[in-house]
Amino acid sequence: MWVTLQITFLTLGLGLVLALPISFGQVYGNKWIKAFIAGYEKVLRSIPELVILFLIFYGFPRIGVRFSPFVAVVLGLGFRSSAYQSQIFRGAINSVSSAQMRAARSLGMTNLKGFINVVLPQAVRIALPPWTNEFTIVLKDSSLAYALGVTELLRQGGYIIATKYEPMLIYLTVAAMYFIVTLIINRGLGSVEKRLAIPGFDVKETVR
Amino acid sequence: MERMWKIVVENWPKLLEGLGVTLEMTMIAVVIGFVIGVILAIARVYGNKLFYGISTAVIEVIRGTPLLVQLFILYYGLPPLGVNLSPFMAAIIGFAINSGCYQAEYLRGSIQSIADNQMKAARSLGMTKRQAILQVIMPQALRRVIPAWTNEFIYLLKYTSLAYIVGAPELMAQAKFIASRNFQFFEVYLVVAIIYLVVVLFFTKLFSMLEKKVEIPGLEWVR
Amino acid sequence: MSENRVVLRVENLKKSFGDKEVLKGVSFDMNEGETKVIIGPSGTGKSTLLSCINMLVTPDEGKIWLEEEEVTSAKNINRIRQEIGFVFQDFGLFNHLTALRNVMVGLTKVKKVEKEKARELAMKELKRVGLEREAKMYPAQLSGGQKQRVGIARALAMQPKIILFDEPTSALDPELIGEVLSVMKNLAESGMTMLVVTHEMGFARTVSDEIIFMEHGHIVEQSAPEEMFKNPKNPRTKEFLFKLNELYGE
Ligand SMILES: Nc1ncnc2c1ncn2[C@@H]1O[C@H](COP(=O)(O)OP(=O)(O)O)[C@@H](O)[C@H]1O
Ligand SMILES: [Mg+2]
Repeated sequence: MWVTLQITFLTLGLGLVLALPISFGQVYGNKWIKAFIAGYEKVLRSIPELVILFLIFYGFPRIGVRFSPFVAVVLGLGFRSSAYQSQIFRGAINSVSSAQMRAARSLGMTNLKGFINVVLPQAVRIALPPWTNEFTIVLKDSSLAYALGVTELLRQGGYIIATKYEPMLIYLTVAAMYFIVTLIINRGLGSVEKRLAIPGFDVKETVR
Repeated sequence: MERMWKIVVENWPKLLEGLGVTLEMTMIAVVIGFVIGVILAIARVYGNKLFYGISTAVIEVIRGTPLLVQLFILYYGLPPLGVNLSPFMAAIIGFAINSGCYQAEYLRGSIQSIADNQMKAARSLGMTKRQAILQVIMPQALRRVIPAWTNEFIYLLKYTSLAYIVGAPELMAQAKFIASRNFQFFEVYLVVAIIYLVVVLFFTKLFSMLEKKVEIPGLEWVR
Repeated sequence: MSENRVVLRVENLKKSFGDKEVLKGVSFDMNEGETKVIIGPSGTGKSTLLSCINMLVTPDEGKIWLEEEEVTSAKNINRIRQEIGFVFQDFGLFNHLTALRNVMVGLTKVKKVEKEKARELAMKELKRVGLEREAKMYPAQLSGGQKQRVGIARALAMQPKIILFDEPTSALDPELIGEVLSVMKNLAESGMTMLVVTHEMGFARTVSDEIIFMEHGHIVEQSAPEEMFKNPKNPRTKEFLFKLNELYGE
């Protein structure tokens, strides 16, 4: 369980760190930056997570960098997550209408001031529900570390089964643990969402 | 590059076979998932307390747990209870149920985005609730949900790669088999990555053409 | 026109939402071929009253008859709804169907009229509201006035005994109101029985046989338009008419 949570948080953090500059580049960058980022997102979104993990695990040793399966998992899932998170942030920034920016400028704000004071507070609220969703996806995808031999929750379950032959019971328990964590994430971030809610500023939720 | 080409030339029947299984699993699971999704969505939106409760519980539990765990439950968990599924069957069932729950949620969002004046107008003509759902609500909800389904198809296509872990002979399994003989793991997976990329881009294009075809003015997509 | 055959009878209708009583005992009759206009401040229960008549909202107390049949105790309400047309403030057109299909769908799916026959009938009603050329358009491609005329055609196609209109022009831009009112005027003159919630006083004055003034879930006053406009009996009526007059500048 601990390993699973570690993978989840590290992945999410790496994804976040990468996604912020990527989404800014996509919104405010020049043509070349935009095209590069679009390609990066497209590729990472089109290849199965497992394949990304294998490519990183087997690919980096080729250029002389060697790391544990755990690090490979975090890198692989982190890259993948950055592609999704950047799309969430970009969508959020774009969905704050340009009229808002125009109004900010009309008050004498600079572009940066307008972004920080007007666009960002709205964008964060828009991005929160899909980001919560991405959080739970990363949690679930952390189970893919199983394939690289990392002893996370699912594999731990497998080891227990090897000693006591009760696969149904144990995998159901594993499922329940994932479910409870998902529930906690949803509830927790959901209450943040509520606390930030502004009357008349409704946010539509997207699934998966 | 050369090595990758060699891999393709030497192993194309295996890769093709694997891709075939991947696509087969994806399509079967999406179709069965569609049926499951429609039933769950209608139950969740229009059902009485009991149906609402059941469908909500199923959807939330499936969406709240990893697909891989679900596959393990089906493949490793069932045999001791006397139910033996082939890897292919276990994978298909797992994917179909999983996808069904996600499809149900897309569809629910779509149904709820349809103004309730539509239901009222239908009932005012003397339609039964069932007629109103079938004739008025569903045709709009299903159309609106197509882009979300495109996404779902792509997701499932990618997630079928998990099936190799329970031993279904799809693309990843073939890749592993090939790599275990020539030890060129990186090159083999790169080839597989490119295959997935091409297939995904192909379907994305295909679906966006389909979307245009069934588009109706004023019925914007729900994504 | 006035053979005095009662088409609709509403008797002591009551309805509460939670502990809020919206209709507090409303009674009136509609004779065949009559047009009655309901006016009154917003939140007074006018929409609720109309919705109760075809049981889209279930009343708590009171009785409703459509001709000889008691609506409030009907076993098959869907059959009765076919005979009560309803025109919505927000049109309620089915967005996935063309204008023609919108008019046909009640015929084919509810009345089980054969498709060709339904198309013929639907075209006839579209012609009646002046929209035969827009038959193939989707709602989103029509103007508000056109949408509402399709809504009227859809109600007409079912051959209802009465049509209920809930503020049919209040979602329309001012320049589009006229086309809808003139369709309604023609309908009234052709002998259709119509119950209309509207604040279009020109329509009320010239077309209706009687005006019903409602407030806080009661009928405060009902009388012929000349009577109502010339000497309203109740001071509340007077006040409301005065406000309307200020607003719309009759
Ligand atoms: N479905 C409902 N649930 C709760 N309250 C309602 C509902 N429909 C109407 N109301 C309340 O009933 C009152 C009368 O509404 P309505 O019939 O729409 O008035 P009108 O059409 O005269 O403006 C309003 O206060 C409204 O808020
Ligand atoms: Mg009203």
